[in-house]
Amino acid sequence: MAADKVDPIHQFHINKLIPIEIGGYDLSFTNSALFMVATVAVASAFLYLSTSSRSLVPSRLQSVSEMAYEFVGNMLRDAAGTQGMKFFPLVFSLFMFVLVANLLGLFPYFFTVTSHIIVTFGLAALVIGTVVVYGFMKHGLGFLKLFVPHGVPIYLLPLVVLIEVISFVSRPVSLSVRLFANMLAGHITLKVFSGFVVSLSALGTLGIAGSVLPLAMAVALTALELLVAFLQAYVFAVLTCMYLNDALHPGH
Amino acid sequence: MFVTSAFAQESAPAVEDGHTGTEGDTHSGTGVPAEAHGVFPPFDPATFPSQLLWLAITFGLFYLFLKKVVMPRVGGIIDVRNDRITQDLDHAARLKAEADAAVAAYEQELAEAKTKANAIGQQANDAAKAEAEAARKKVEAALDQKLGEAEARISSIKANAMKEVGTIAEDTASAIVEALVGGKASKAEIAAAVKSVAR
Repeated sequence: MAADKVDPIHQFHINKLIPIEIGGYDLSFTNSALFMVATVAVASAFLYLSTSSRSLVPSRLQSVSEMAYEFVGNMLRDAAGTQGMKFFPLVFSLFMFVLVANLLGLFPYFFTVTSHIIVTFGLAALVIGTVVVYGFMKHGLGFLKLFVPHGVPIYLLPLVVLIEVISFVSRPVSLSVRLFANMLAGHITLKVFSGFVVSLSALGTLGIAGSVLPLAMAVALTALELLVAFLQAYVFAVLTCMYLNDALHPGH
Repeated sequence: MFVTSAFAQESAPAVEDGHTGTEGDTHSGTGVPAEAHGVFPPFDPATFPSQLLWLAITFGLFYLFLKKVVMPRVGGIIDVRNDRITQDLDHAARLKAEADAAVAAYEQELAEAKTKANAIGQQANDAAKAEAEAARKKVEAALDQKLGEAEARISSIKANAMKEVGTIAEDTASAIVEALVGGKASKAEIAAAVKSVAR
């Protein structure tokens, strides 16, 4: 029985709560969807309620909301300039969504939305899609200058352009895999160490004494995961800002 | 068969622990194809359409809510605060300027009052000096006058005395002459003689 509880993959299983099937596609409301809703609800409720008093001198919660707002705002302004501020709602909602999804995932028995590659890939595709669509809309074919850096000798150009194209195409992959892999690995590690505590404790007095070590490790890892949850949301937002900067200023 | 599958952490692993038969039974009720369960769950393509759909719905709503409600509100709060701070700083600067002006005015008035006081002092000093001078002059004049009078009296007394000395000398001379010579010398002769001697 103890071995069952240690299965570190179980936490990533998708379970259907309300089966829906349309046109042969399985569009069920799953635990993943439930936690997407929870993420959005928690983030929206926090931002909405904490700022509802609109105090001139902010309360603690209000200053948390303001800090998040200004943090993302400064990040975007630094990376993409004032022109980039039209993407502020997008970057802010991405940051808040990823951050709250990561943080919610830290609760025991909660599902981590961002530990599924398709979710992070969906978000990354949204970013890259915005970059491509806006880039072509604003600059037309001039957007392709993105792949042709200035001051490169003509005989090197094909190679450089090839590298630039590959690096651009790999962006959505790296953006999504980075977040997904961090969350996945962190949660598996956490589960494995917590599992050690359970299986060791089942061995008797000596086991309980020995389980102190993995317990301490699990506590430390939880702290680390808290940091990673924030850091990955930050990294995701920063990279989004930098990619958006490319859409705004493709000429390097 | 699990209905509350989101929290079915305890019950589900027991089912999955290698017993493919039971697993198939369990999930046949929920309609998941049994063959999909060999896959690592995050890479299970069967879940992709549902996850993408719900991500689009939830994230889309979240985006709209933030864009339409939260961000204008937070931005408004921050703008109002910044305006208020600028306003307060302006107010403080204005008050400081006013205070500076008041200090300058006070100093100017102080300087004026000092000059005025000096002038008044000088004036009083001058007046006192002049008065003293006048009083001194008056006293001096009075003394001079008294001195003059006294000198005049002395000289008149002296003249009278001298005149009387002449008469006494003549009388004495006439008496001496009478006593010595026995005759009477004329008054005029005696007077002349006395005068020549007295000279």
